[in-house]
Amino acid sequence: METLAELIASSPVFAGMTDEDLALIAGCAWNIGFKVDEVLFREGDDADTFYLVRRGRVSLELHTPDRGGIVIDTAEPGDVVGWSWLFPPYHWHYDARAVENVRAIAFDGACLRGKSTEDTRLGYDLMQRFAAVMIDRLKHTRFRLLDVYGGTFVG
Amino acid sequence: MAVRSSAETSLQGAVLPVPYRVRSRVQETSDTWTLELDPLAETVEPRAGQFDMLSAFGVGEVPISTSGDHDGPGPLTHTIRAVGPVTRALCAAGEGTVVGVRGPFGNEWPLAEAAGHDLLVVAGGIGLAPLRPAIRHALAHREDYGALCVLVGARTPRDLLYVHEIERWRSRLDAEVDVIVDAAASGWHGRVGLVTMLIPGAMIDPESAVAFVCGPEIMMTLVVRELMDRGVSPDRIWISMERNMRCGVGHCGHCQLGPVLVCRDGAVFRADEMTPLTGVREL
Amino acid sequence: MDVASADVRLQHPLLCSGRMTSEIRTVDSEARVLEPEGLGVLVDALLDAGYRVVGPTVRDGAIVLDELRTADDLPHGWTAEQGAAHYRLERREDEAVFGWAVGPHSVKQELLPPHVRLWRATAAGDGAAPALEPEPPPTSPLAVLGARPCDLRAIAIQDRVFLEGAYVEHDYAARRDGAFLVVVNCGVPGGTCFCTSLGTGPRAAEGFDLALTEVLEGGHRFVVEAGSERGRTLLESLPTEAASSEDRAAALAVTDAAAGRMGRQLDAEGLPALLAASLEHPRFAEVAERCLTCGNCTAVCPTCFCTSVEDVTHLADGSAERWRVWDTCFSLDYSYIHGGSVRRSPRARYRQWLTHKFGTWVDQFGTSGCVGCGRCITWCPVGIDVTEELAAIRVGKTEVEHGDAR
Repeated sequence: METLAELIASSPVFAGMTDEDLALIAGCAWNIGFKVDEVLFREGDDADTFYLVRRGRVSLELHTPDRGGIVIDTAEPGDVVGWSWLFPPYHWHYDARAVENVRAIAFDGACLRGKSTEDTRLGYDLMQRFAAVMIDRLKHTRFRLLDVYGGTFVG
Repeated sequence: MAVRSSAETSLQGAVLPVPYRVRSRVQETSDTWTLELDPLAETVEPRAGQFDMLSAFGVGEVPISTSGDHDGPGPLTHTIRAVGPVTRALCAAGEGTVVGVRGPFGNEWPLAEAAGHDLLVVAGGIGLAPLRPAIRHALAHREDYGALCVLVGARTPRDLLYVHEIERWRSRLDAEVDVIVDAAASGWHGRVGLVTMLIPGAMIDPESAVAFVCGPEIMMTLVVRELMDRGVSPDRIWISMERNMRCGVGHCGHCQLGPVLVCRDGAVFRADEMTPLTGVREL
Repeated sequence: MDVASADVRLQHPLLCSGRMTSEIRTVDSEARVLEPEGLGVLVDALLDAGYRVVGPTVRDGAIVLDELRTADDLPHGWTAEQGAAHYRLERREDEAVFGWAVGPHSVKQELLPPHVRLWRATAAGDGAAPALEPEPPPTSPLAVLGARPCDLRAIAIQDRVFLEGAYVEHDYAARRDGAFLVVVNCGVPGGTCFCTSLGTGPRAAEGFDLALTEVLEGGHRFVVEAGSERGRTLLESLPTEAASSEDRAAALAVTDAAAGRMGRQLDAEGLPALLAASLEHPRFAEVAERCLTCGNCTAVCPTCFCTSVEDVTHLADGSAERWRVWDTCFSLDYSYIHGGSVRRSPRARYRQWLTHKFGTWVDQFGTSGCVGCGRCITWCPVGIDVTEELAAIRVGKTEVEHGDAR
């Protein structure tokens, strides 16, 4: 049976963290599961908890009045869901829903923010890891803005 | 002094469209149809990767890649997106309508060269149509290839082509088939994102895999970059280029891309040969 | 197909033939001398043999190609002053027939006409396939009297495109096959000519049935050489005398003098590699400020071959036709795909034309695309000069390399 710290370490986001740091952040974490169609959080909710997906898939959705809910992203095993806990006003900007049975590790955002303030070296390391994730996501989101399939093909 | 007579040149197929009758017409997406065509005169079977110049008589002519199965006898198959007067006329051609076909022209997906290697096929949007003959060939000759991985991207789930056939491919145990869409309505349980996001997780050995990529040029550029980041050498990545074509036989000049004529030297090219050209804006 | 110029040997990427025309140091020892009246006999002989004879005539303020009924239709005593964006017809002080440099037309008008019907399709009714009828070839073969050496080289360049690829352009082949070519070597180069820089003139090396050199010195006459069997046969039927060594020396002197009076020069060394390495050169943006993308250059250029097709229907009987028409890479929709054009800016379109003509044409077809006729310079409404543009790109490249060896 793997410990929480071991599970966290196996994710690419936290790869290479020292055992001490892993133990520190594991202190803010717990195992959690979601059934198909269960909601992790909704747009506007307080962003206290974020998730590291271990198994299954989570869809990120925005609601539009005319077209209903639109899935704008999905999170796969190893992905982190949610960054709004990092900066005020700490509110979610979209819905997150399990589209398969999901096993995840939940993190208490306030707890992690507290530990990062105490140990700014840990805080800097966490910030770098999340920045890398965000930059990668931004790159891929920008590619989608190109609407690559929107143009005509031959003829 | 005697007057010379004209030189004999072959007209049929190269200049004169061969008449074909529409056997069936299937709607794939809101703007895309697949036509199956039977020839009314002698013709040449296209190979995977080649294209035909399709005529809607009186309207015009466009280049369309072949998207059928030509390892055996069968109708000529073309998947066409209705984006202009000619393609709209072709997409509206019901059973029994006669259309014109010149071709096949261009070169092939290098299936023989890919034999013995892992084969990674990356299709974006209507790019799945020119790749379907290659995918079908690889599945029909499965033992000729190592791992077979097919990655399909589309704008939304409603823009996916050949959904039933993709499901049949996915149900096979000897191939990895992944689908991803740019956005979807709530209720979609598949992945969302650009098709490039499927590349890091594809189960192939980048050191030796051969990749076939087809889709809009910007999508192919991003995919090639992602493949190279994964360690696939660009001389093992093949893309299908598209340029404006009026003749298909190297006489009208329109399909030039720097030193190559897409109709004559392609449309399938090696990525390392194309990258210096596609990297020049407005070339 | 038996055409004198079919044997094109590639030894230098700029040349079709193995020989630079400046290497021609002798006139054929079998050459004959034709008096000016003999031109009429030549025209009549071609007409009697069933040719449609096309040659230079004065029309609309320029010397253009048109059908000749007699030798009187030729531009006796005319010349034209040419420069960048400048062409003015002028009377000569003598009665020289060919005392002028090329006008806006080239033999391209005849071998690759601006509008050609490819086929007609008539509806068969009841869902049967339409009957497709290819356009029959022209009824009379073509004879051109008054092509220039640069024009012959242009024909050889287009032969490479249309006859020597995987597919033969059947309409071009039909017009080309059997075309009788009478070249007139140049005595009066134009203000924009630079054939010597590319080795295409002012004396024709090959590709003709007959070659005329007009000599004025010591009596107005033509020194005529045969370049093919049928040229020889026709020459035998004309009223000629054997050319003396003085006649032959005079003929050579005419073209030697012309070679020394070219209106422009071009350093053609290594152009394909230079252009391939200069695609982002600032000069393209500068010339784009002036270029109207009107496509005049592509229309008058004897090698530009781009065409498009147009399908038309006739409502009355439901028949359809396909026409092949001239096109130009300067038009915005030339490169249209994906809901937009690849070459949107004038800069990109000018770059395409220049780099294709002098660079990528070699990759695509094994020869240069330019023959140094200067038409593009004369007929550009803003006087863009390719020799000047290429020189600027070459100089700029050296500067970019900070004075390194070329």
